[in-house]
Amino acid sequence: MSTLEIKDLHASVTTEDGPKEILRGVNLTVRAGETHAIMGPNGSGKSTLAYAIAGHPKYEITSGEVLLDGENVLDMTVDERARAGLFLAMQYPVEVPGVSMANFLRSAATAVRGEAPKLRTWVKEVKGAMNDLDIDPDFADRSVNEGFSGGEKKRHEVLQLALLKPKIAVLDETDSGLDVDALRVVSEGVNRYREGGETGVVLITHYTRILQYIKPDHVHVFAAGRVVESGGPELADDLEKNGYERFVRAAGAAV
Amino acid sequence: MTEVVSGLAPELKGAKRGSGIVPEASAGERFQSTDVEAFEVPGGREENWRFTPMKRLRGLHDGTAMFAGTAAVSVTETDGVTVETVGRDDSRVGQAGIPADRVAAAAWSAFREATVVTLDGTPEPVTVTVDGPGAGESAALHLQLRTTPHTEATVVLVQRGSGVLADNLEVVLADGSRLNLVVTDEWADDAVHVAAHHLSIGRDATLRAIAVSLGGDLVRVSPTVRYAGPGGDAELLGLGFADAGQHLEQRLLVDHAVPNCKSNVLYKNALQGVKGTTNAHTVWIGDVLIRAAAENTETFEFNRNLVLTEHARADSVPNLEIETGEIAGAGHASATGRFDDEQLFYLQSRGIPEDVARRLVVRGFFGEILQRLPTPELRERLEAAIEAELAIAGA
Ligand SMILES: Nc1ncnc2c1ncn2[C@@H]1O[C@H](COP(=O)(O)OP(=O)(O)OP(=O)(O)O)[C@@H](O)[C@H]1O
Ligand SMILES: [Mg+2]
Repeated sequence: MSTLEIKDLHASVTTEDGPKEILRGVNLTVRAGETHAIMGPNGSGKSTLAYAIAGHPKYEITSGEVLLDGENVLDMTVDERARAGLFLAMQYPVEVPGVSMANFLRSAATAVRGEAPKLRTWVKEVKGAMNDLDIDPDFADRSVNEGFSGGEKKRHEVLQLALLKPKIAVLDETDSGLDVDALRVVSEGVNRYREGGETGVVLITHYTRILQYIKPDHVHVFAAGRVVESGGPELADDLEKNGYERFVRAAGAAV
Repeated sequence: MTEVVSGLAPELKGAKRGSGIVPEASAGERFQSTDVEAFEVPGGREENWRFTPMKRLRGLHDGTAMFAGTAAVSVTETDGVTVETVGRDDSRVGQAGIPADRVAAAAWSAFREATVVTLDGTPEPVTVTVDGPGAGESAALHLQLRTTPHTEATVVLVQRGSGVLADNLEVVLADGSRLNLVVTDEWADDAVHVAAHHLSIGRDATLRAIAVSLGGDLVRVSPTVRYAGPGGDAELLGLGFADAGQHLEQRLLVDHAVPNCKSNVLYKNALQGVKGTTNAHTVWIGDVLIRAAAENTETFEFNRNLVLTEHARADSVPNLEIETGEIAGAGHASATGRFDDEQLFYLQSRGIPEDVARRLVVRGFFGEILQRLPTPELRERLEAAIEAELAIAGA
């Protein structure tokens, strides 16, 4: 049973005018079996939080801690974090021309599992997972994300989630750009991953519609680089009705 | 996509007046001569030398390379393969073409004996090995591969070792014959190799050529394809890996002067530099000329470069000059992509270590060329060589 602890995390990016602080003291604890929704206005730093956890080189951690089962994640390289059990479904998955999806998935599974999966069971496993997500088998031969539509990219992020079975998954707007059918398929994929109750999910989203499919245990409002309010599922309904206005103003006043 | 780009192979500039074969009026006609003295010493500003680091040519271009060394040629002789060592007066020498630049002419003027390999029938794959003259030595070489009519053969020409080598490789394909040719540059780090490939495609003959450029300090290869009769088909594939300080230059000319011929060019280069050293550098010049008589020509040329790191530079110049309206299809393109930090981050975020990520990308990039190599042994050997190149930068 895993726990991800984020403690007073500060992160900045380098801009032409010097460093710009984006995360300003994030506190969040995610335990296995829990699903946390993070909602917040554009530009509030949600993706930055996701990238900071995953270790994107663009973001410099200036203070704070990220611990996975007590281990300091910030000391690990990007690939070590993934092998330790962290996963980030990206808002904008990256195209990698020349590398086939099949080859990529196998390399990732080999790395995360510590050994190459047996070919026969692997082929079955991938086919099954693709089928679950309504992904055409032809995608296996295509270059990673290259020329995929927005929705196809998101399905493939969830496909990787299904195959890599991380301890904690951060899903950054996996719902955006999906039509209703795709949203259902993708949500079912995430729910299958949550099923055993041994994994934790951080669901970053703008919309409550995905929360009808993936029920969160906790909802957090993110504004100006930190969590400004936490509550149960009812908080999402409040946000749906009243928007972020009140939190943004409060956060602005606090800065 | 058909497009006319002028400025094709303006090598005329390097010629001295009144010597060599008088150029025809066509803009695409290059000055040619077997006599080194017919060419001016290039200074490096000339169109056909402007990308080449002249200082690293070890005097191949200015008469100071002595060609006192020997590059040993060995051939696996099997049924259907005849190897001859002939004098420069042999009537076959020059049949596929003659030099169009000073270094090729220097090699031509300096070689003492030529090796002629004749392929007849359906021989087993033939390996021809050229060993460099050794560190500090320079050598000139002349090699001719020829087929008899309707022969089907595979030749792997391996070039390796140390030293400085200038050579002319002639390939003469008889009517209806078919040659799979792999030419590898697998030199030691010190080697400098400047080669002219004269490729003559007979009537209804087919050439499938793959040029692999891995080692050496400076490797410059200039293949020229000419069709001796209609119905010829030439596929020229290339794979290059330039690491820190390496200069790899590929200058192709496909000269379509007869009707109903095909050419298909695809060269892929990966580059990987290291901070604090000379850039890894690749140069690809792809000239295709479709003359007025070359009706119903089909031609496509493509260069792709993958820049893996900083401190690397890929130059790519595709030129297509069309003098007839009656063509079946013509296209050219070039694209240089960078393996960027976002791609690396994405792969690593799935648990894939950095070196494996790089290998994945490079393998994927070269895959379509590697899978065309005629034997599995060769494929494995070259794959391993590429991985070794990758490992060097990883260190
Ligand atoms: N490389 C960068 N240079 C400058 N500013 C940056 C950089 N990366 C992010 N930012 C800024 O940091 C802030 C937070 O961006 P982030 O993408 O984390 O927001 P977000 O909450 O995910 O927004 P959205 O809801 O639109 O996805 C934004 O103002 C953004 O412009
Ligand atoms: Mg975002």
